[in-house]
Amino acid sequence: MYDVIIVGCGVTGAATAFTLSRYRLSVLVLEKENDIAMGATRANSAIIHAGYDPEPGTLMARLNVKGCEMAQELCGRLDVPYKNCGSLVLAFDEKDIETLHVLYERGVKNGVKQLEIISGARLREIEPNVSQSAAAALYAPTSGIVNPWEYALAMAEVAALNGVRFLLSHPVTSISKHDGCFTVSCGSEQFDARYVINAAGVDSAVVHEMVAEKAFAITPSRGDYFLLDKSEGSRAMHTLFQCPGPAGKGVLVSPTVHGNLLVGPNAVSCSDAHRVNTTADGLAFVKQHALKSVPSVNFRDTIRSFAGMRANSDQNDFIIGFPVPRFLDLAGIKSPGLTCAPATGEYAAELLEKNGLELIPKESPVTSRRKIRFKELSIAEKQRLIAEDPLYGRVICRCETVTEGEIVEACHSPIPPVSVDGIKRRAGTGMGRCQGGFCGPRVLEILCRERGISPLDALKDGEGSFILFGETKAGGRT
Amino acid sequence: MNWELIVIGAGPAGLAAALAAYDKGLRKIAVIERDRYAGGILNQCIHNGFGLHRFKEELTGPEYALRFIDRLKDTTIELICDTMVLHITADRQVHTVSAENGYQVYSADSIFLAMGCRERPRGAISIPGDRPAGVFTAGTAQRYINLEGYMCARRVVILGSGDIGLIMARRLTLEGAKVLCCVEIMPHSSGLARNISQCLKDFDIPLYLNHTVTEVTSANGRVSSVTVSEVDENRAPIPGTQKVFDCDTLLLSVGLIPENELSREAGIEIDPRTNGPVVYENMETSMPGVFAGGNVVHVHDLVDYVSEESARAGEGAAKYVLSGKTASNEVFIPITNGENVSYTVPQRVRPANVEGSIKLFFRVRNKLGASVIKVSDTSGRQLAAFRRVSMSPGEMENIFLPKDVFEKALGSLCVSASEA
Repeated sequence: MYDVIIVGCGVTGAATAFTLSRYRLSVLVLEKENDIAMGATRANSAIIHAGYDPEPGTLMARLNVKGCEMAQELCGRLDVPYKNCGSLVLAFDEKDIETLHVLYERGVKNGVKQLEIISGARLREIEPNVSQSAAAALYAPTSGIVNPWEYALAMAEVAALNGVRFLLSHPVTSISKHDGCFTVSCGSEQFDARYVINAAGVDSAVVHEMVAEKAFAITPSRGDYFLLDKSEGSRAMHTLFQCPGPAGKGVLVSPTVHGNLLVGPNAVSCSDAHRVNTTADGLAFVKQHALKSVPSVNFRDTIRSFAGMRANSDQNDFIIGFPVPRFLDLAGIKSPGLTCAPATGEYAAELLEKNGLELIPKESPVTSRRKIRFKELSIAEKQRLIAEDPLYGRVICRCETVTEGEIVEACHSPIPPVSVDGIKRRAGTGMGRCQGGFCGPRVLEILCRERGISPLDALKDGEGSFILFGETKAGGRT
Repeated sequence: MNWELIVIGAGPAGLAAALAAYDKGLRKIAVIERDRYAGGILNQCIHNGFGLHRFKEELTGPEYALRFIDRLKDTTIELICDTMVLHITADRQVHTVSAENGYQVYSADSIFLAMGCRERPRGAISIPGDRPAGVFTAGTAQRYINLEGYMCARRVVILGSGDIGLIMARRLTLEGAKVLCCVEIMPHSSGLARNISQCLKDFDIPLYLNHTVTEVTSANGRVSSVTVSEVDENRAPIPGTQKVFDCDTLLLSVGLIPENELSREAGIEIDPRTNGPVVYENMETSMPGVFAGGNVVHVHDLVDYVSEESARAGEGAAKYVLSGKTASNEVFIPITNGENVSYTVPQRVRPANVEGSIKLFFRVRNKLGASVIKVSDTSGRQLAAFRRVSMSPGEMENIFLPKDVFEKALGSLCVSASEA
């Protein structure tokens, strides 16, 4: 019997596991994919929002401002790439300027610090490549950028080190309620728990309806993005938004923590929440709108295009509450869910405690994480590291300077990867301009060696994404 | 340790340059290679057709490389493998890292850049659709099949008609895969005519010109189909022309990009037309004592030309080191590209440094029939002209320009081509 089962391990599930792992609880996380952070968490704008967007008084507003305040310290402690680059909402006409004032007022009410509306001249001083037609901007210096999947991974890894159990490739198929406990089934496997947390993202309505009456609907919304080469990385110094409309926060142009430029997304509501495909129309829309903010973006330097799925709902706020006793929904976590995550995790713990779960702090839980990033070390540190372990001297991913040592370390991390992209998310291989063309085969080789699997069973990413079909001429053997 | 010449990359360019510099008298030469062995991309090019110009015989890629690697034994050239160059500096320090030697900084009197090129990834052309397993650049697939010994494809669509894609069409077919078609967005192939003939036509693989891939779909994480559409004169897909191919693999052969991260970081001037360093007549870059050759300068069609150009650079480096480093960049003739010509290499010629003549490489933008290549100066005076029966963007062209052309030229020289 577990104290708590968390269904779903995107950033919200990971943050909740991370928070609960500080207490003397037995916690199980069930994730349907073969890795964590496989849904909205891995494909989004990677922004730590300041908190001027949500309506005052909403959960979103409160958790956003708190999450934003937590981010810098938490990312430092968890060794997650984060940059407090600030954001700018651009106004192109009178109507937009009115919107800036609305956002400013909202931000102030929500408790966002340092907000100011700046003139076009000041805007161009701090953001030289912005369009000449931008007349003013809302400047939010507290906003930042983060590596979203690493944020989730870091929190989950620390949770794992504190004893939280993670079962990947475990899709929950049903939940039954008994006296004082739930039985959560993943096919033929069953797990009992006193409390269940629904953090199932786009599937949160389905999980909700396993134990409660239908109360909300998930209305998934897909958005396309371009990721540009580092040569375009300084095209924007801040996250540049346009004024938000009914479809969302609009197309942004933003630096990334890796030094690339991220452009997107559009917003298209779609029926299949699990097909995260880009479309020609979506990409064209994004391109056109981004050029309005920064006319000089050179799309010829695109290294990847991708799409993300937002777990939007038919409700105006996050859906956080107990539809039945001891079953907590963390559902409809749309933007700014990434920013909110650590605050959402703490809020979830608070709610569980109010509903009878005893939270006794562990004596010395793990609260931080350190990672070796070879390319960021000084020459002396590099020398020392290679002397200790020569594998750190072998560069495998040449675009991002990721060494074999880092890949091996990723293979044996607390939540071990099962795919080439799992290594990518942990070590950063294949993130660069060749997109894994050169290092892909070598990463696969190391993954197979370290995890003891056959190359024929190696996956690119999710279940079924096999890379190789068989040996050529029996691999040269007779 | 101070080296007379450090060569970065032990592919065909690096090997040819090192040997040429040795033949011209340099003795302290290091060749640094990031892979575990020398030869570069030739090691996975197990097809024949290499060396027709240089050795007058058809070699496979590894055989061609071996002709150079074997010669190293008789020299004092040191080959340092499994070692990555992280930075080069203007004072010609080379920062390297390896498992065996850790972090090392070497000094050199001259440097030769031979990092080659990389393949353009899917993102660069933003093909809409899913992002499953089964989308490979042609070179990655070639590595899996030829070096690792694994099949990564069964039913295949190839996008782009670059040479590696064409070679892989034949290779995959010989290994038992079904290549459904090769799709090229341009009205002409970007590959060699001989590859179109020997790799597609001989195997009845259709080539769809003026077509592109407009969607990738997947099932269970792997490619399940690829949609191909015809494009109009602006290369925009024409609605209603879609053809759907059920397949498990999409191979990309959509262009090569010279790998100049080291060069850019060092502040070496890059030509936006080639994505490679701007080079002078002796293949010296804008940074004195730093030379470059092969695909790092411009993407070649034949390895024979890579070797030839790099040997010239190696000789240039030897002369630079032995003559006491006195190349002056002050007086040079810029070479520009005119009608139908997309770039030239070299881009700059110092007439004082020309002995005899200069071999100038370029490519044309479009397929041309019987044509005249004209070389004229800023005053519009024509200083040289050459005839060709036909020209194609997939094949590199070259002309020899004698020293007196540069001495006579006023301002810059412009190379243009037009159908006669």
